[in-house]
Amino acid sequence: MKIVTIKELLEADVVCNGEMLGEEVYSACGSDMMSDVLAYVKDQAVLLTGLVNSQVIRTAVMMDMRCIVFVRSKVPTPEMVRLAEESGLVVLTTKKRMYEACGILYSNGLVGNKVKNV
Amino acid sequence: MSESVTFRFEVDGSDFTSAGQASVLVKKHLRQLGIDPEIIRRVSIAMYEGEINMVIHAGGGEAFVTVSEEDITILLSDKGPGIADIDKAMQEGYSTATDNVRSLGFGAGMGLPNMKRYTDSMDIKSEVGVGTDITMKVNLI
Ligand SMILES: Nc1ncnc2c1ncn2[C@@H]1O[C@H](COP(=O)(O)OP(=O)(O)OP(=O)(O)O)[C@@H](O)[C@H]1O
Ligand SMILES: [Mg+2]
Repeated sequence: MKIVTIKELLEADVVCNGEMLGEEVYSACGSDMMSDVLAYVKDQAVLLTGLVNSQVIRTAVMMDMRCIVFVRSKVPTPEMVRLAEESGLVVLTTKKRMYEACGILYSNGLVGNKVKNV
Repeated sequence: MSESVTFRFEVDGSDFTSAGQASVLVKKHLRQLGIDPEIIRRVSIAMYEGEINMVIHAGGGEAFVTVSEEDITILLSDKGPGIADIDKAMQEGYSTATDNVRSLGFGAGMGLPNMKRYTDSMDIKSEVGVGTDITMKVNLI
């Protein structure tokens, strides 16, 4: 799924790196616990979260993710946006809640586990 | 060949917001050195977990990352409270983190086991009231 499709499905606003919306991603995960993201996530390129602090961005950077979606209209701080910008992470915000946002993406084919990459 | 390069960082223990800055810089340096991306990811995650631990459990410390021909060594050194029972601390789910730390997205008790999983060797030396030294290695060959 292209990141731009995620934006459209979730009626999300683009916070930064909008020029990368054309990139393809193959799987996603949703969590407010960065500990769990670091321990259980493998190749998921998209993180949906309701947690707002700089560690969300750094966690995604460490894991080579491509896109963070803040749910429930959470707005990242300027410091977070700066970090995301320089790391090439697309940041989106949506009004939708976590359960709904994940459900929409999942039912449109963005799985939790990466299917074989071709 | 015995050429190696060492990066040193001070990890500020007073500010949770800045935690992880050293790991972000290490990632950049390793990219510049042309290290394999999968290796960089393992080193980054292990170091980031350790750096966060130094901030939330030990009031900060020092980090050294040495890249040699054979491996990447990460040394995390703090003068925090130390770890009384290392075997217990290594168990998945064991955590002494406060509710405040949990509300910041950490404290699941997964960090140390994750550091071990992502590295080829890990050694913890800790003394209560003195501090903790953690050495991790990721092989390059
Ligand atoms: N540098 C340290 N100094 C003192 N105690 C530590 C240090 N690192 C870890 N510990 C102790 O070991 C426990 C387990 O650490 P671990 O990183 O596995 O989990 P955590 O930090 O509590 O949670 P998570 O890493 O999942 O966010 C900690 O809760 C803490 O009691
Ligand atoms: Mg930890």
